[in-house]
Amino acid sequence: MIDFHSTFNIAIKSLRINKMRSALTSLGIIIGVSAVIIMLGVGSGASNRISNELSSMGTNILTVRSGSSTSGGLRMGMGTQQTLTVKDAEAIVKNCKSVLYVSPYLAQSKQVTYSNQNWATSINGIDKTYMDIKDWTIALGRNFSQEDINNNAKVALLGNTVVTNLFGDLDPIDKTIRIDGIPFKVIGALNSKGQLGMGMDQDDVIMIPYTTAQKRVFGTSFPGAVSTIEVKVRDVDNIARAEQEITELLHLRHKIGKNQENDFSIRNMTEMVKSMQEATKAMSILLGSIASVSLLVGGIGIMNIMLVSVTERTKEIGIRMAIGATSVDIRVQFLIEALLLSIAGGLVGVAIGLLVSKGIATFTSTSVIVTPFSIFLSLGFSALIGVIFGYYPAYKASLLNPIDALRYE
Amino acid sequence: MALIEVKHAIKTYTSGDTSFNALDDVSLTVEEGEFVAIMGASGSGKSTCMNLLGCLDKPTSGSYFLDGIDVLKLKTDELSLIRNQKLGFVFQGFNLISKTTALENVELPMIYKGIPPEERRIRAKKALKIVGLEGRESHMPNQISGGQQQRVAIARAIVNDAPLILADEPTGNLDTKTSIEVMNFFVELNEKMKKTIVLVTHEPDIAEYCKRVIRFQDGKIISDEVRKR
Repeated sequence: MIDFHSTFNIAIKSLRINKMRSALTSLGIIIGVSAVIIMLGVGSGASNRISNELSSMGTNILTVRSGSSTSGGLRMGMGTQQTLTVKDAEAIVKNCKSVLYVSPYLAQSKQVTYSNQNWATSINGIDKTYMDIKDWTIALGRNFSQEDINNNAKVALLGNTVVTNLFGDLDPIDKTIRIDGIPFKVIGALNSKGQLGMGMDQDDVIMIPYTTAQKRVFGTSFPGAVSTIEVKVRDVDNIARAEQEITELLHLRHKIGKNQENDFSIRNMTEMVKSMQEATKAMSILLGSIASVSLLVGGIGIMNIMLVSVTERTKEIGIRMAIGATSVDIRVQFLIEALLLSIAGGLVGVAIGLLVSKGIATFTSTSVIVTPFSIFLSLGFSALIGVIFGYYPAYKASLLNPIDALRYE
Repeated sequence: MALIEVKHAIKTYTSGDTSFNALDDVSLTVEEGEFVAIMGASGSGKSTCMNLLGCLDKPTSGSYFLDGIDVLKLKTDELSLIRNQKLGFVFQGFNLISKTTALENVELPMIYKGIPPEERRIRAKKALKIVGLEGRESHMPNQISGGQQQRVAIARAIVNDAPLILADEPTGNLDTKTSIEVMNFFVELNEKMKKTIVLVTHEPDIAEYCKRVIRFQDGKIISDEVRKR
């Protein structure tokens, strides 16, 4: 019969006799568990940040892109042929019920100058609805008017990064900048949206009317052709329906038969969010498994010390057996010792992991999110390791022959 | 019914092609309340006999009944139970668990018997009082003398109320004066507490304390005499 309470006390006593050794043995588990918690925390922090950024780009957005062109049998990829037109955009907002806004979108990188400053940035040709589609807000000045669009007005809205680089602290409104040598009047500045995870600066941008972009700046060969149409859907749940409506409409307008290849593609932001989240999840798992290796190494440390301990305490085991301990008593005693080492290590590891995560979050801009799941996971894992790596030494101890064990010096 | 009943016990050790009988057809009966000394030179088989009597080992052939229980039929863990409840061991090297207090050492057999902590404490204190170690409960083995350590071991042997006490050279590590003290304890245990004691020794002076002396030679019993003290 096993008296767990007493066996537990015996185990605690043996661990306290070798305080230093017990502490060092637990250290492996402490490092392992805190590493798992920190790694998972950093991972979920990153994934959280990325999904926030992606939603700052807008989630209920569809991007319709022109199809691929074929040049001597080589298909050049989506967007290389401008099969979409401004008329398509107008038809989409008119005919598709789940669509709220559309905006043609064309972009090129150009050199911009103001006074003696110059800066290379992305010039986006857009409609005035683009602000609502991508959740841009105006910090200073005003948005484009319908007149600006209709008259191919040479007016521009500047992103925060561009303002800083061209104007410094000066007020940019009503100043004249030159894009590829063409003068543009600055009518507004945009609020900052910050960087994307991949180091893309969303604020390094100049907006101009798409009509102006087509006719005055980019010099498109087909007037009215656009590479991209950005679409805002009424709400996230309608995305699939909107996609279907647009596809049907464009089939009709482009005279594409059932078995023909589309000359456009529709990209869905939620899919991108999903794939990014999956990528960060994969990263979390990777980080977590690297950290688990150290937990495993800690477990091997426990096994090592327990084996030493069993050999060292052979005589003690012999005495216990002689006065009536069964092999189960001995096994349970050593198993509890291993478990105590790993669980105590696990608890200290959780505390250290939480502290370090907090430290990382405070002293760097990285967000670290420790979930209860990661705490339970690493605690459970460390207990499991205690059982797995404690079992063999305990089993070995229980197999000792009391006569030989008593004679051991 | 005899407390110990060994019949035609043979213990054979084999190493390679040669085998050797450490016990060669030993039959032995010890009644309850006896105080027996087992004597013999080293290698005479007295230690092997003690291991058999102490249920630490089983004979190769023959039979052993302890308090009516057929020991040969028991499994390893059942032997542990018998050792716990029927036997008390006193060893030459004391064999206390180091860095563990006298009281905890005495409590140990009761832990494996499953006695609750409060009762354990009371009984262990009582046993230590019997061996004259009142007030030394919290001493570690390395903080007390050899004679005191052996008395802790005796307290541990009697605390579970086992009928039989097996002592293997209990005075081997003690000086003469302490040896006399410890032996007087054994006499007291035998006479006052009616414990059956089997004691291995090679010192005739120690055997003087016992009522019956069995001599071993080459694995056989060569003499078995009852004497008056």
